[in-house]
Amino acid sequence: MIRHLPVLLVVVPLVAAPIAALLNRPRLSWAVAVAATLWVLYAALELLSQTMAAGAIHYELGGWAAPYGIEYVVDPVNAWVIVIVALIGALVTTYARTSVEREISEDRIPLFYTAFILCLTGLLGIAVTGDVFNVFVFLEISSLSAYALIALGSDRRALTASFQYLIMGSVGATFIVIGIGLMYVMTGTLNMADLADRLPEVSGSRTIPVAFTFLTVGITLKLALFPLHLWLPNAYTYAPSAVTAFIASTATKVAVYLLLRFFFTIFGATFSFDVMQLDRILMPLALIAIVAMSLVAIYQENVKRLLAYSSVAQIGYMVLGISFASVLGLTAGILHLFNHALMKGALFMSMGCVMYRVGSVRLERMNGLGRSMPWTMAAFVVGGLSLIGVPFTVGFISKWYLIQAALEQGMWPVAVVVLLGSLLALIYIWKVVEVAYFRESDPELGITEAPLSLLAPTWVLVLGNLYFGINASDSVGIATRAAEVLLGALS
Amino acid sequence: MTALGLFNYWAVIFLMMAGFYTLIARGNLVKKIIGLNIFQTSVFILYITMGKVTGGTAPIFVEGGGDVVYSNPIPHVLILTAIVVGVATSAVGLSLVIRIKEAFGTIEEDEIHDESL
Repeated sequence: MIRHLPVLLVVVPLVAAPIAALLNRPRLSWAVAVAATLWVLYAALELLSQTMAAGAIHYELGGWAAPYGIEYVVDPVNAWVIVIVALIGALVTTYARTSVEREISEDRIPLFYTAFILCLTGLLGIAVTGDVFNVFVFLEISSLSAYALIALGSDRRALTASFQYLIMGSVGATFIVIGIGLMYVMTGTLNMADLADRLPEVSGSRTIPVAFTFLTVGITLKLALFPLHLWLPNAYTYAPSAVTAFIASTATKVAVYLLLRFFFTIFGATFSFDVMQLDRILMPLALIAIVAMSLVAIYQENVKRLLAYSSVAQIGYMVLGISFASVLGLTAGILHLFNHALMKGALFMSMGCVMYRVGSVRLERMNGLGRSMPWTMAAFVVGGLSLIGVPFTVGFISKWYLIQAALEQGMWPVAVVVLLGSLLALIYIWKVVEVAYFRESDPELGITEAPLSLLAPTWVLVLGNLYFGINASDSVGIATRAAEVLLGALS
Repeated sequence: MTALGLFNYWAVIFLMMAGFYTLIARGNLVKKIIGLNIFQTSVFILYITMGKVTGGTAPIFVEGGGDVVYSNPIPHVLILTAIVVGVATSAVGLSLVIRIKEAFGTIEEDEIHDESL
């Protein structure tokens, strides 16, 4: 069975999804979701340890040899992404049972779990596949289920947010299909490794740069790089809390992985950065995202929206790391991909706890929550410190590598912008801390601490923030290895 | 190849731009979905055109025909998948439109925007 792990990683949740729908009881569907996500987590960790020990795993679907058959490939880059998605998926599922009972009507809960497992399947599929058309199919599985999940939000604006995401997401996905089609017409292959072999012969033509451009726009739309982030703030704000926590820490991360896969593995760093000079577009956009979106975050009154704008800024950090196209820069980008999943997961989950007790995450309703919900707000503070990049949190580790990567190339103004971003993060996190800890609460409301079933998964992520901030050697080791694989230093 | 020989590609570009324009410029949500459909359909035609080999026959094995030229079936098969995805997207989009109509009483983007304030 171990041999079939790469495909079982995707097939088990894919089969679990309709089962969850057919059982049609909130508790039973939840149990199916838990079983599926725990299996996925086990498979992901097993795959990571195997690839780190023995190198890339190639799996031929149905025994059809690549490049004609579809191939699943697990190397240090995607094994790492799979673990992130699986970990967040498992934690959010345990968290969802209590959170969802409060926010979604009972008859829709089984369908919520169905869409949730499907979304997880899609994200895992994107990460594990070695076939570019398969990427598109899984991308649409994850996106369509994400639209449904967001539309489950209790506010009616969730519907318009979901519609906006559907329109922009479908345009992005269609751009990706156009790019894939143009690559196919020049090379006659869809296998990633085969494409990487054949593209250099034809990269002088006009078609390949056009394909490259379509893919760049499509993928940056999916990962919400400024200025293509317009779908993100509303979607994160109005989605149910569990959905926001899941999508914010996985969907954009998988899109960043796609960016890495297409630009480094398929097109190759030389073509992407020397010929197409991608860094000249990515770097300014990333820097604008960091500064402008952090500024916008400062002025938000809804904390989920504040965190959503902060997410766009944090995506800027990841893309900035990638735009250096050096081992150090990529390490920083990939590290931040993992670290940001930990911090935003913890932050959005703590806001889910607030939503559960207070029924709103607007700042004016959060007076004095630091005293009535001490564990929830402590989780928020640790997550916030991590977002700012205080030492002994994961945020510090990724910023440390990012600044090193900038200085390595002599770009000290870029390092200054990274620090400025931290300063702005301090301001918007402080806004929440001030309301929660330094204002009097209204004792008549009788707000008490969130239940343990919400706090436990939140604190697992919070402790993850601290653990990987103090003992960073594992995560840095894997990220460095992934960066070397992408730049071809090892293969 | 002459400009007329590229007829399919001209059709693709026209449909793509028409769909994309409708998607952006129209405020009616159903019209937006129609625009999205036209936009996606143009990509289907692009793929199908790519698969045609000049003088090629349908890709069914001809016994004894050693030098028969076949059209490439793979883009056609890929597009079958993409059509299914397109149908699913339209279905999700239209059901969202129905729920937006129920919640806001309108499907005009500017009126929804006024309602949301």
